[in-house]
Amino acid sequence: MSRPSVSRRQFLGASGAALVAGLAGCSAGEGGTSTDTASSAETLKIGVLEDQSGNFALVGDPKAKASMLAIEEINANGGIDGMQIETFQRDPQSDNQRYQELTRTAINEENVDALWAGYSSATREAIRPIIDRNEQLYFYTTQYEGGVCDEFTFAVGPTARQQLGIVLPYLVEEFGPDIYTIAADYNFGQLSADWVKVLANENDANVLGEEFIPLSESSFGSTINRIQEADPDFVMSMLVGANHTSFYEQKASAGLDVPIGTSTAMAQGYEHRRLDAPAMANIYAGVNYMEEVPTDSNTGDGGFVDRYFEKYPDAPYLNEEAETNYFSTYMYKKAVEQAGTTEQPEVIDALESGIELGTEEAPEAPEGETIRLDGATHHVDHHMWIMRADEEHNVEAVENRQIPETFLSETAGCNLPENPEQTQYTPVDYYEEAE
Amino acid sequence: MVNGINLALQFLDSFAFIVLAAAGLAIIFGIMGVINLAHGEFILIGAYTSTLSVTHLGIPLAVAIPIGGVVTALFGILTERVIISGAVPNYVSQRTLDRDIIEPLYDRLADSMVATFGLSLILTQGTRIAFGNSIDGLSTPFGPIEYGAFSYSTYRIVLAAVSIGLLVATYYLFTRTEFGMRARATIQDKETARAMGVDTERMYMLTFGIGSGLAGLTGALFAPVITMRPTLGDQFLVESFVAVVVGGPSVVLGTALSGGVLGAILAVFSNLYGTFIGRIALLVAALIALRFLPDGITGFIEQLRKRRQESE
Repeated sequence: MSRPSVSRRQFLGASGAALVAGLAGCSAGEGGTSTDTASSAETLKIGVLEDQSGNFALVGDPKAKASMLAIEEINANGGIDGMQIETFQRDPQSDNQRYQELTRTAINEENVDALWAGYSSATREAIRPIIDRNEQLYFYTTQYEGGVCDEFTFAVGPTARQQLGIVLPYLVEEFGPDIYTIAADYNFGQLSADWVKVLANENDANVLGEEFIPLSESSFGSTINRIQEADPDFVMSMLVGANHTSFYEQKASAGLDVPIGTSTAMAQGYEHRRLDAPAMANIYAGVNYMEEVPTDSNTGDGGFVDRYFEKYPDAPYLNEEAETNYFSTYMYKKAVEQAGTTEQPEVIDALESGIELGTEEAPEAPEGETIRLDGATHHVDHHMWIMRADEEHNVEAVENRQIPETFLSETAGCNLPENPEQTQYTPVDYYEEAE
Repeated sequence: MVNGINLALQFLDSFAFIVLAAAGLAIIFGIMGVINLAHGEFILIGAYTSTLSVTHLGIPLAVAIPIGGVVTALFGILTERVIISGAVPNYVSQRTLDRDIIEPLYDRLADSMVATFGLSLILTQGTRIAFGNSIDGLSTPFGPIEYGAFSYSTYRIVLAAVSIGLLVATYYLFTRTEFGMRARATIQDKETARAMGVDTERMYMLTFGIGSGLAGLTGALFAPVITMRPTLGDQFLVESFVAVVVGGPSVVLGTALSGGVLGAILAVFSNLYGTFIGRIALLVAALIALRFLPDGITGFIEQLRKRRQESE
């Protein structure tokens, strides 16, 4: 009907150029705040690189905030061994290249004593070589697929084996043995799906089918049909990111009401608050922490939740990773106090001696219980919870217990103080059913 | 095993998604020669406007959806006046500096892209600053329809019907109304149209408004089924650009045909082999189409027609 004076070749060429320009544009710019001043004998410096804009802003922002809360509390109570904590805080904008630049800056120019950085596993793997080359003490605080056995990395978030390990057996018991897996199509999702197979085998359940979904996908019509065709007793969902969040709304409107177990939904991106009920009804999350975890030190008067929202009244939610940032800052404090120095090899030795935290510093643990850093694997024996959302999106705890991280210690034989290495082990190497 | 109803519904779903994602972009590109890289953010404006109208003002969804379209259309007209045609800044500079400072961006592909890309960055980050990383979503109306072991969201079928309705309406607007005649005259020969008394400036402004309005309407229509966040426009970009390229020079027919072809490919492959293969098939189809139909489907049809005329 019309005759554009511009050819489609030009359109294509120009669009391509724009995409490249767009990508380049993403890595430019500076964000975040910083309180860094010149170091003195009475201070130590912590690097905090968490996403506050870009794709992971929703989940990364609470991490940065919780780190700052812990640091503020520690400083107000006299610091670490009398040393006030300074911070080098920047926003890497969910961009791995930016992460690499900022990691180098933190290590080489800011001389941070310890570094907290990164939401996604892809980010961790992008900066881990830099960390290892510089022998930098590094805390990775996101829940992840597991298996990182690295002498300088403390992966203190819960692993897939811990998260799925609490929720999957419960769902088999409650609803039956037939599982259908949907997972994000990358490293984390693939490995999590392998863990579902391993755990299914251990619990006499079977995986009827699995589908891996590209991170850019936001239409789930055919996925929903496929689940209906398989007719499982429950679905295990390890979907990731904002596009995948659309799945829950779409399955609700399509009338798919099968129970869903997950390690990713609710605790990180608070879908039960953002989506209209009943999209998240009957979803069981296996997590170490979410805002609703009913321990006294968390939801009680003056607890973690109160303190967080007092400092950040406009924050939308206190998520799983935020608690990990929070307690790991205290973990670091204990280690420095034990070592009597901020020299990193000695702090790492102190951390490897096995630090324990009670409910005050780690609100995921109920009164009288502790969480423990396993010195051999640099992972944490978390107190895990199954949290269920009902028709009105009220969240309640249906089960909780401590789950040690056994894959690295028992299966892979990771023992970092004895045998320093920088490896990531995967379940495929050890379990037939994961192949 | 492939269930026929599943396949048909999946096709309607993909068709609606592609057509709605591409319509606004196709009109603005086809008629004005402007590639609007802020297309996704126009969708964002529509989605946020309708969602916030429901959650904060209590307006029913059926009313909030057109509001989303209208607000985005108005924003589009503002964009056109300020950035694309430069009429507003030029009005100011005429009075202060005695000269124009902005050359209109019509038919300046690369320039229009840089300008609109900048606009898209401002809109995304501005939304993040104003509303945070996410706002509360709406639930999808109408519930499911059930057939055998399967069920499907009724709203997705409504979306398909709306997309066909929009195509028909746009076709009617540009071919059967006086506005459409003037708009097409402006495209074919701006000078002559001017001489015949067509206010071409106004035509450009309205066309951009209509294109933006369609993008906003798309956002408002999809708001109940997608996640509300500042980057929600991104998920429409691949489909919209691929559909415009595959569709070719004729705006409405091209969008309809590429929606049909690409929708069918997406539906068949994602039903048979999963979402991942569906995506790959869509992009491979676009590659093949570009290699063998470099002027898109409608360009190819026109070529055929010309050849037949010549041989007659």
